Amino acid sequence: MEDVQEKNVAIQVHGLQKSYKQLQVLKGVNFDVASGSIFALLGSNGAGKTTIVRILTTLLKPDDGTTRVNGFDVLSQPERVRESISLTGQFAAVDEILTGRENLTMIAKLRHVKSAGKVADDLLERFGLTDAAGRRVSTYSGGMRRRLDIAMSLIGNSRIIFLDEPTTGLDPEARIEVWQVIQNLADSGTTVFLTTQYLDEAEKLADRIAILHDGTIIVSGTLEDLRKLLPPAKVEYVERQPTLEEIFLAIVGSDKKEQR
Amino acid sequence: MNTHFFSDTSVMLGRSLRHVTRSMDTIITVTIMPIAFMLLFVYVFGGAIQTGTDNYVNYLMPGILLIAIASGISYTAFRLFNDLQSGIFERYHSMPIARSSVLWGHVLTSLVSNAISVVVIVLVALLMGFRSSAGVLAWLAVAGILVLFTLALTWIAVIAGLSAKSTDGAVAFSYPIIFLPFISSAFVPTASMPGPVRAFAENQPVTSIVNTIRALLEQQPVGGEIWIALAWCVGILLIAYALAMVAYRRKIA
Repeated sequence: MEDVQEKNVAIQVHGLQKSYKQLQVLKGVNFDVASGSIFALLGSNGAGKTTIVRILTTLLKPDDGTTRVNGFDVLSQPERVRESISLTGQFAAVDEILTGRENLTMIAKLRHVKSAGKVADDLLERFGLTDAAGRRVSTYSGGMRRRLDIAMSLIGNSRIIFLDEPTTGLDPEARIEVWQVIQNLADSGTTVFLTTQYLDEAEKLADRIAILHDGTIIVSGTLEDLRKLLPPAKVEYVERQPTLEEIFLAIVGSDKKEQR
Repeated sequence: MNTHFFSDTSVMLGRSLRHVTRSMDTIITVTIMPIAFMLLFVYVFGGAIQTGTDNYVNYLMPGILLIAIASGISYTAFRLFNDLQSGIFERYHSMPIARSSVLWGHVLTSLVSNAISVVVIVLVALLMGFRSSAGVLAWLAVAGILVLFTLALTWIAVIAGLSAKSTDGAVAFSYPIIFLPFISSAFVPTASMPGPVRAFAENQPVTSIVNTIRALLEQQPVGGEIWIALAWCVGILLIAYALAMVAYRRKIA
C-alpha cells in the first residue's frame, strides 16, 4: 500500500522552510501532488509561489523540510529531479535573437533528443507557429512567445511540468489556448504544477488547489472542498481580478455600443 | 563533471555565436574604436612621439589589440546579464544538462569574437604599414598570450555579468580596463613619464604584455618580461575564475 502511494505521488513537500536573510518566506509548507493531475498553487504577489517553484525545480535550496519530485530528493538527487521535470518560468524564457525553430532545436539538442529538427517542426505545427518558425522571436507577440516557451518545455516528454503564472500578461484568447495545452498535457498523463493569481484559471483546470498565505498552505483540496472552506475575506481578495475584468469588459462593451 | 559537457557546450557556443553574427554591430563597435585610436596616434600624435623606432604602427599595434579585447569582453557581460534577465539562464539550470556549459558557451564565444576583432585590426594595421618578420612560432606565442589575456578578462566579465543590477552596470566595469593601456608602454615609452606614473605604468600588467608581444613581433629577445606577462595573465585568470564561481553560486543554489 505504501509503495503504491509513493508511485502515485509526483511531488511531496513536507515542512518546507525558506528564508531570505531575516525574512522567512516559507514557514513549513506541506502538500502532495498526485501523478497525472493538475495542481494549482494560488497566492497573492510575494506569497512565495515562485520560491516554491524554484525549490522544486532545483534552482534554489530549501532551508529545511523534505521535498521530493518524482520520488527524488531535490537536495541529494538534483540531477534526477531535472531529468524528470520541465520549467516554464514566470517570464517567457526564450532567446529573442534566435528564430522560433532555432529555440526549439536548441532545447532538443540540450535534451539529447534524436532528430531535433523533426521534434521542432512537430511542435511548431502543434502550437500554430509554423508560419513564424523562421522569424526571430523578438518579432513575436506576447501570446506567441508564451506558446513557444511552453512548446520548449514539452521537449523531452518530462513527467512533471511546472508552469509559473503561465497566463499572466496574455490576452483572453491566448489564455484559452494555453489552458487547452495544459488540459491536453494532463490528459496525456503529465503532472502539471501551476501557480496562478487567477481564480477562474484554477477553477477551470485544477484537480486540486492549494492557497499559500503568510508562508504556509492555509487551505488545500478540490474546488468543492475549497468552496466550503474559504473564509469570506479570502474569497473577496481572489475575486477582485474577475471583477476588474467585468469592469473592463463593461467599458469596452459600452464603448462599442456608443460607436454604433 | 557531467558526461554531456562537450556536446552541451557546443550547443551553447553555437547559440551565442549566432548572437554575435546576427548583431554585427558588436564586432564593428569593438573594432572601430581601437582602429580610430590607431589612426589618431599614427597620423596625428605619432609625429611628436619619440619611441626610438622608425615604424610607429609596429610600436602601437600590441596596445591597440589589448584595447580591442578589453572593450570586446564587455559584450560577454552584456549577453550573460541578458540571459539572467530573460529567464533563459534559469531554464537551462532546470534542465538535465552540464551546468558549467552555460558559462563556458559565453567564454568560448568571447574567444572567437575577440579573435575576429584581432584579425580585423591586424589587417588594418598592415594597410597602415605594420610589418613583422616574425616566424610561425613567434606568432603562435603572440596568439597564446592574447588568448590568455582574453580568457582572464572574460572571466572578469563573467563576474560583472552575473552580479550586475543593470545593463549599464554589466558593461561599465570594462572602462577602467580599456583605459589601462594608456598608462603603460603601449603608446609612449614609460621612460618619458614622471616618477609615480612611470612606477605605476611599469608595474601594471599591460606594459609587460605589450613589451612581450612587441619583442616577439620584432624578433627581439623577450627576456624575463614574458614570464611577468604570463604570470599576470594566469594570476588574473585564476582569481577572476574563482570569484566568478563565487558569484555563480550566489545566483544558483
